[in-house]
Amino acid sequence: MISIREVSKKYSVGPGPNGADEGEIAFAVEDLSLEVAAGETVVLLGASGCGKTTTLKMINRLVTPSAGEIVVEGRNTRDVDPVELRRGIGYVFQGIGLFPHWSVAENVAATPRLLGWDEDRIRARVNELLDRVGLDAAGYRDRRPSELSGGQQQRVGVARALAAESKLLLMDEPFGAVDPVTRDGLQRELIAMREQLDLTILLVTHDVTEALLLADRIAVMDRGRILQIDQPSQLFSDPASELVERLLDMPRRQSARVQDLIHGTVAEKTSGNVGGDE
Amino acid sequence: MNAAQFESQLAHFPNYFANHVLLVIAALVFGIALSLPLAALAIRNPRLAGPLLGLASIVQTIPGLALLALMVPLLGRIGVVPALIALILYSMLPILRNTVTGALEVDPDVLEAARGIGMTEEQILVRVRFPLAAPVIVAGIRTAAVWTVGMATLSTPVGATSLGNYIFSGLQTQNTVAVLLGCFGAGILAVTLDGLIRMAELAATRRDARLAWISLACFVVSVGLSTAPILGDLVGERTRPRASVGAKTFTEQYILAALIAEKLDDAGFDVVIRDGLGSTVIFQALANDELDVYVDYSGTLWANHLKREETAGAEAVLSEVKRWLLAEHGILSLGALGFENAYAFAMRRDRALELGIETLDDLAAHSSTLSVGGDYEFFSRPEWIAVREAYSMQFDEERSFDSTLMYTAVSKGHVDVISAFSTDGRIAAFDLVVLDDPRESLPPYDGVLLLSKSAARNAKLVDALLPLIGQLDDSSMRNANRRVDLDHRPITEVAHELAQKRMD
Repeated sequence: MISIREVSKKYSVGPGPNGADEGEIAFAVEDLSLEVAAGETVVLLGASGCGKTTTLKMINRLVTPSAGEIVVEGRNTRDVDPVELRRGIGYVFQGIGLFPHWSVAENVAATPRLLGWDEDRIRARVNELLDRVGLDAAGYRDRRPSELSGGQQQRVGVARALAAESKLLLMDEPFGAVDPVTRDGLQRELIAMREQLDLTILLVTHDVTEALLLADRIAVMDRGRILQIDQPSQLFSDPASELVERLLDMPRRQSARVQDLIHGTVAEKTSGNVGGDE
Repeated sequence: MNAAQFESQLAHFPNYFANHVLLVIAALVFGIALSLPLAALAIRNPRLAGPLLGLASIVQTIPGLALLALMVPLLGRIGVVPALIALILYSMLPILRNTVTGALEVDPDVLEAARGIGMTEEQILVRVRFPLAAPVIVAGIRTAAVWTVGMATLSTPVGATSLGNYIFSGLQTQNTVAVLLGCFGAGILAVTLDGLIRMAELAATRRDARLAWISLACFVVSVGLSTAPILGDLVGERTRPRASVGAKTFTEQYILAALIAEKLDDAGFDVVIRDGLGSTVIFQALANDELDVYVDYSGTLWANHLKREETAGAEAVLSEVKRWLLAEHGILSLGALGFENAYAFAMRRDRALELGIETLDDLAAHSSTLSVGGDYEFFSRPEWIAVREAYSMQFDEERSFDSTLMYTAVSKGHVDVISAFSTDGRIAAFDLVVLDDPRESLPPYDGVLLLSKSAARNAKLVDALLPLIGQLDDSSMRNANRRVDLDHRPITEVAHELAQKRMD
């Protein structure tokens, strides 16, 4: 479905405060390769600034690669008009980015309208998708985004990404802006929807638990490179580096600390020895 | 203040207001139509935004009156066109600035989403940036609307009729009613326009189709009603031939224009008076055939247009001016009206006695300690240079006034001497003395009736005006001026008296 081949993205770093490093080149992504098979969910996991969002944006050419090539559904993205490319790929944005001057229905209908679908087809598709993401179509169609909660807004965002019947979904920290309870619900719904719609998903997150819950495979990224890409269980059993090991182990350590708190080992809490290594 | 005066002023209101509305609406429509594409260009090429907004700001820093005045030489014509172009330029900055700022400040998350779902840059602009910036853009349009209403009052001196005709003529003839009517009209227009735009904005943000139709209907009805008095002129067939009469910016000119208009009206012409025109503007308009007739002064033409520095006798100046006008511009000087309105240096009688000043020679001797007042034109006119050189004057201070206010200024002692007009009723009324000019440094200023090339060929028009030649003497002109300036009689009434007394 997606084939990323030796892709790099370079930025020229401007002059620093002392002007010494003027003209220096920095890599946001360096020599990265990744295959995503149809029906698979791959998660790009890493800290802020590791290049995961840049990688995602290069797939629909919101960012142009400096080197390498990306093939989506058999077509080299360099040879496709970026506008056409983007209309064929569902994208859920980190900032949600609903159009505030449009109703929920108009937001979901955005890409089908760009593609010139007729109004009956658009209407049917919008209703179907709103119901599928758990928003009663009749009740929500005509609302404005500002009248929705954060979780509802992200549901609309997902519906918008799916509207043009794309099987490929790129998701940039899709649940970063919602509260943990809502996030849990949205994650479960995504898993259900993925099965029903036979979606291929490439998802970016810095949340290890989210990665573990959603991914068929996780690509752990650091400083523009993939450190290891494997199934979650492989990553645990056979981590390629200490960094991968510590990152993957974090949810377990956190949950252990939560357990400790629940069982009242207050002494450890006040001693200051609270895993300062994260 | 009296009822007759109020009525005679009010009679102009429909015409002035209609012209003002048309000017403002046209300027705004063109202003918006030009600003939005330019703003779109600036948004697409942010490097253009700085220079473009800078240019618009520079236009804005030019004083309104200067911008309008600049349009006349630039376009080589007077009237609605230069006024409209100046107003369009003036209206563009707030629209341009708000559109660019508003569109560039749209939430980056929304812009990324627009790009990410596959909108082209044009679609992002039209479907996302402009709609989201709409409140800021509309605020810019509202600012432009109010500015344009105000600035349009300044289009009178370039020959476009507007509510400014009230303000300029009212200031000139010290007619408060006229000034207030002008301000009132502009105020009403600004408030109404602002309200209508606000209503349209509300309809757009609420997506209320009914409100949109209502505001559109209100707009059409108000523009229709207010412009009805002149729309007929614009589209209807004319049964009477048209004639346009010009007047400069002082009382005597307003009276003479009204007098000429009365004569032409009697002869069956539809007369338009273009008053409040600057000296060069009015001459240019006549030379361009944009104006049919006005009264100028032989000395003014001699010094300013023929560029003659020496002086000559009244007859010689008249014939030389007449020959030159016809040869150079095809303008016909129909003849002298009979009065002379010369530049005359005038002082308060007690002050002149105290300093022992009777002539310009005496004045020159004291000039280094005295201040001199003149109208806006005077200190840049060749006559002033000629007088200064002839008598070696060097005044302590030169102050420009509106020609109406300088008489008050000298009588109250704000200045010691002014460049008065010899036919002005206030010389006698304020007990001013006119100083002799023993070196004859100032040319004669006979009032001459000038006809444009096409008016000169119009026998009916020429016949209607010929009876005026040689019929107005100094004292009747001075009386007429006094009746307006000091007794505050309506101009048309005084013009009519002048016509009756002399021509019957």
